Amino acid sequence: MELLVKNGVVFDPVNKINGEQMDIAVKDGKIVASVSERRARKIDASGMIVMPGGVDIHSHIAGSEVNSGRLLRPEDHFKDVEYKTLTKRSGVGHSIPSTFTTGYRYAQMGYTTVMNPSMPPLEAKHTHEELNDTPMVDKATYPLLGDWWFVLEHLRDGKVEELARHVAWMMTSTKGYAIKIVNPGGLETWGFGHNVGGFDDQVPNFCITPREIVRGLCKVNSLLNLPHTIHVHTNNLGKPGNFQTCLETMRSVEDMGSEDKPVVHITHCQFSAFKGEDWRTMESGAEEIAGYVNGHSHVTLDMGQIIFADTTTMTADGPFQYSLYELNGNKWVNHDVETETSAGIVPFHYRRKSYVNSVQWSIGLELALLIRDSWKIFMTTDHPNGGPFTSYPKIIAWLVSKKAREATLKRINPRARSRSLLPSIDRELSFYDLAVVTRAGQAKALGLSDKGHLGVGADADIAVYNVNPNETDPSREYMTVRRAFKRAAYTVKGGRLVVRDGEVLKEVKGETMWLNVQVSEQMKMTDETEKKFREYWTVEYENYPVPENYLEVSHPIAVKASV
Amino acid sequence: MINLYPLKEFRYPVVGECVCPDTFQAKTCGEIRDLRLWEGNRQKKIGDLFKVEEDKSDVNLGKTILKIHGNVSKVREIGARMADGEIIVNGNAGMHLGVEMKGGKITVNGNVGGWAGSMMKAGSIEIHGNVGDYLGAPYRGSSKGMRGGRIVVYGDVGTEAGACMKKGVIKVFGKAGQFAGLRMKGGTIYVEGDCEGRAGACMVDGKIIIGGFVESFLPTFTIDSVKGKAKIEEDESVEGPFYVFLGDIVENGKGKLYVSKQKNPHLSDYEKFL
Repeated sequence: MELLVKNGVVFDPVNKINGEQMDIAVKDGKIVASVSERRARKIDASGMIVMPGGVDIHSHIAGSEVNSGRLLRPEDHFKDVEYKTLTKRSGVGHSIPSTFTTGYRYAQMGYTTVMNPSMPPLEAKHTHEELNDTPMVDKATYPLLGDWWFVLEHLRDGKVEELARHVAWMMTSTKGYAIKIVNPGGLETWGFGHNVGGFDDQVPNFCITPREIVRGLCKVNSLLNLPHTIHVHTNNLGKPGNFQTCLETMRSVEDMGSEDKPVVHITHCQFSAFKGEDWRTMESGAEEIAGYVNGHSHVTLDMGQIIFADTTTMTADGPFQYSLYELNGNKWVNHDVETETSAGIVPFHYRRKSYVNSVQWSIGLELALLIRDSWKIFMTTDHPNGGPFTSYPKIIAWLVSKKAREATLKRINPRARSRSLLPSIDRELSFYDLAVVTRAGQAKALGLSDKGHLGVGADADIAVYNVNPNETDPSREYMTVRRAFKRAAYTVKGGRLVVRDGEVLKEVKGETMWLNVQVSEQMKMTDETEKKFREYWTVEYENYPVPENYLEVSHPIAVKASV
Repeated sequence: MINLYPLKEFRYPVVGECVCPDTFQAKTCGEIRDLRLWEGNRQKKIGDLFKVEEDKSDVNLGKTILKIHGNVSKVREIGARMADGEIIVNGNAGMHLGVEMKGGKITVNGNVGGWAGSMMKAGSIEIHGNVGDYLGAPYRGSSKGMRGGRIVVYGDVGTEAGACMKKGVIKVFGKAGQFAGLRMKGGTIYVEGDCEGRAGACMVDGKIIIGGFVESFLPTFTIDSVKGKAKIEEDESVEGPFYVFLGDIVENGKGKLYVSKQKNPHLSDYEKFL
């Protein structure tokens, strides 16, 4: 099938195309140099922005945790109901939409690739079942490995290569994409009712520190040549003064970077950039973090911007979620996933009038604007922790327009307003930068060579937004931009037109990408390992892996490891 | 005044969200007949289910009065989200009556199903009959209950009346089921008759006055004093004497539970803790 997106104003940062009027030709799901104009289906994009399909590096869309969140919050769903139409299945929305609705809503905003960032390996099957049911987008998921007993044991014994083989087995058997580390060591400590206080605190029974876990897995990541870096949710998340921990985490792997390739991704950095002694004195640590990131090339970040709304927070960071429950007294879930990780869920309402929430709002945007290189910071809300992904257009407006930021600043807590750095920041992202923070940069950080750009050979994932960059001044007309990015004029997924004027035209399946890590020597299954599985897990070793036929549309990515 | 007469005994649930004075306002009878609602899984018009008549003799300036004559116990969401006007139901009404009401008045001369006045913000509901469970309670999972307004019930109410209530008054002249005032954060609940127990579970603030018999209540309430009378509203109070209990201690609550001394002689043991 051939398709021609005609006369659009193209922003394709990977190929250095900045607002050029050109045609994009598509054939058999890939972007090609040209197609026959007579035969191809034509999309008139004149006066519209054409970008690669959006890529979301961190969004909790599937898995047991997300599903518990859905069960916990009937009141979140009942005001946002999606009726069945000829093209769409019914579902519910708001902060934790049902799987099908998640897919539709991403596609309606022009997003075509979404990464589900936290999958307890034991819940891999559940996660993949939900990902199978998330249409319209390509997806992948990161297994949580930072507190896995095997990882901790191997690191304690200094067996990095053996650990690498183990992680390779894990990545392939859970059909994962990257190494996710959440509060390294803290979740294991939480099993005993405590948390690690800092980056050099010891994890009970294992005698290793979060620093060793991060460094160890970073080494493993480079030994395995995984496309993405380690994906780190720092220690002390959501605690005043934690920007120091964040800086320490980034510094700890400074020596592991080679050339300009990043080696660590600090996710939802906003939650890790608090300065101050306690909640009363809490302020933004964005300047320090931005200062560090500007001077180093081994790190990428994503914002984790908060939205002033009611949402559901959910992370694998059990101790953090418990402290959040203690703060707001709302209903809560806390869960221990055997020897792997923990999880917690607490509904949370971010309020403009709250000093802390207002500072958080400011931190996210300060990070995005103070980090000069857009290829290092990406736009996320850590859906649904900072706010649902459907609020991305709001953030886009704040990023491209100082006026939009000022309009919100006027309405936030006055003490937070007076301390915010935002009034002193004049930077406004151009559409080119916007394409970097919402798709190109994310795809590059993920090592997805076929996504996030519109060069020949790339996947034909295209988003067209009905705003004319030559006539619209985003700084003043930010509402026009926001509306345009809320409902894509056209979304093309895998060469097929799936959304027109923000309405889903047809449901398509997305691929589940996973890494087939090829190591020279497979992990040895010793009697001891098997015994451990029998003793410590509820699932036997043989039943642990997710078979490939479990994935509806499987897309294995072969990776040649150096071990 | 607009009169609605059900054309039949409803067999399937009808979602009558549009049966509301705000929707009917400034509409002719013909337009009202064309309003759509769901009966079971079929979309119908009001005209298919009700006979609609306009009574021009009764002129109320700017206020729409809607009268339903007959049994509408299968019709849900009557007066949902209404802001102004009045509804009078001469018969039984269904679930979700006056959900999220913001103003106006609903009078029912009959029984009402569950969730009546759920999440209401203002206005008043008067029910001359019995009411199902969850009177004035929030939607499942939510903690935002009644935030204002007034509900008066002349019959009995089911369980969880006034759950998560923050402001407003609920007066029940009959009996109340279990868990009256569950997770209450403010406002007043008055039960003239007996109460089944567990009243005020997890309450943080607010006031529950029980004029009748209570077999027992939660051990997480402590006796505070004995008072001669209890205030329901600004200009209304009931004569006692009442035992006053404070709780719920598990939630660090400071809610007040007034229980009639006369009707509950078995609670006299508590007096020794005073």
